Amino acid sequence: MSTILDGLSLGAIYALIALGYTMVYGIAKMLNFAHGDIIMVGAYAIFVTLASTNLLLALVVSILLCAVTGVVVEKLAYKPLRSASPLAVLITAIGVSYFLQGTAQLIFGSKSQPITLPSLGSIQIGNFQVELRTVITLGVGALLMVGLTLFVKCTRTGRAMLAVSEDKGAAQLMGVNVNRIIMITFAIGSTLAACASFFYLLQIPSVSPTLGAMPGIKAFAAAVIGGIGSIPGAMVGGVLLGLVEKICTSIPVLNPYTTAIEFGLLIVILLVRPIGLLGVRRREKV
Amino acid sequence: MALLEVKDLTVFYGVIQALKGISFDVNKGEIVTLIGANGAGKTTTMQSVMGLIPSKSGTVVYNGVDITKKPCHSIVHLGMTQVPEGRRVFQELTVYENLLMGAYTEKSKAKIKRDIEEIYEWFPRLGERKKQVAGTLSGGEQQMLAMGRAMMSHPELLMLDEPSMGLSPLLVDQVFEIIKNFQKNGTTILLVEQNAGKSLAISDRAYVLENGQIVLSGTGDELLKSDMVKKAYLGG
Ligand SMILES: Nc1ncnc2c1ncn2[C@@H]1O[C@H](COP(=O)(O)OP(=O)(O)OP(=O)(O)O)[C@@H](O)[C@H]1O
Ligand SMILES: [Mg+2]
Repeated sequence: MSTILDGLSLGAIYALIALGYTMVYGIAKMLNFAHGDIIMVGAYAIFVTLASTNLLLALVVSILLCAVTGVVVEKLAYKPLRSASPLAVLITAIGVSYFLQGTAQLIFGSKSQPITLPSLGSIQIGNFQVELRTVITLGVGALLMVGLTLFVKCTRTGRAMLAVSEDKGAAQLMGVNVNRIIMITFAIGSTLAACASFFYLLQIPSVSPTLGAMPGIKAFAAAVIGGIGSIPGAMVGGVLLGLVEKICTSIPVLNPYTTAIEFGLLIVILLVRPIGLLGVRRREKV
Repeated sequence: MALLEVKDLTVFYGVIQALKGISFDVNKGEIVTLIGANGAGKTTTMQSVMGLIPSKSGTVVYNGVDITKKPCHSIVHLGMTQVPEGRRVFQELTVYENLLMGAYTEKSKAKIKRDIEEIYEWFPRLGERKKQVAGTLSGGEQQMLAMGRAMMSHPELLMLDEPSMGLSPLLVDQVFEIIKNFQKNGTTILLVEQNAGKSLAISDRAYVLENGQIVLSGTGDELLKSDMVKKAYLGG
């Protein structure tokens, strides 16, 4: 039972990060490999601000810094390459990733540093003792995902995002400023990553320049499992991967192979259904 | 003064020159048609006028404003839009959501609601299918949706790129009827068509495009009677 809850909450973290990958892929048609490092930026933002203020303010600072970083990276690094080959964009994204890690290393050193978060304790639900951090991660994560779904489905900007992801040219003919929509997408993706980074710190309370790498790559796998470009897909993929990870680590025989099993799952799903669980096959434009 | 004035427009795809200096104009209230064979450069013309593909040289002036270098979305805000070749409705959005996208430039919710009702009156089939995902509509229904969606922004100038493509003869007549109605309601129309006979019949003026150049122009009737058009586009 607690394994399942732990899995779901880890899944929520992966899902929040995966949403950033999938939205950027859907709308800007690029793989933003630097997305994982936004988590690291968010974690250091909390690390630094927590020293002088309370947690809530630290969270706000972290979200703002992540959103700004995401938007600035898009503007400086990706926007000039809008009509370049996908390979050039991919290599640039990897470059941005190293740049962010390098910058963090310059400022904070390369060693991992512990971070002390207020301890949250646990609560009693029925017969089970559940950690409060798990409940918060799950609750807030679910809320954010519902919010995002409603935003995309029911607002003018959200619909424009769907339209751009399907057909940039046709969206422009409706009067949609594609560059603005891409910018908003990066801001939203980075905001979700900032939230994820806080939840991640609740699980593993330490910061390092490469902190974003592992959750980043797993969330990317989650996005691909769910069907990259699909928002519900990223949620399903994230939760699935989180569950698999926690279940595997709770079974002693499987524990050492957890990561291998996770990526094995990715391979199997791609073999069976190359577009991912909820991916849509788009007709190629003529 | 012409509503749309295109002068010496050239467009290159890499080293291939698709438009070799095209000039034409569209006056307020007219239906103007570009006809031409496959690959003549009609779609290229429409897209570069609209700012979707860059031109190498030449100017496009709309309502006295030079829009040659303007991005597509800001041209739409000036009151001009296009039903693109192949319709390009948003396949994963519903009919209703597609129409909402068409009203992207409109801020008033009440007005959008009224306009959508009006589109449903024009195209009852769309009203019956408002919740249906556009990708599952028939070709004809998608064409109606593409036209309705474009009308949602109340364009002063509407460009249509082969609206009759792939439709049954009955629907083709209906499409031309709708275009004439658009004109009656005050919309200026720039039309691209392969169906020379029907489009020339409803056009005030027309241009014939060949290999990226305009080779002939005149009123719809003049071109219908011209030997060259008869031979090349009306099958004798
Ligand atoms: N993206 C592109 N890259 C290279 N060449 C292109 C591209 N798009 C069009 N062309 C070429 O430009 C020329 C004009 O094409 P265009 O699509 O404008 O023709 P069209 O008159 O609209 O034809 P159709 O009636 O078949 O739609 C053609 O020779 C075509 O091969
Ligand atoms: Mg064409």
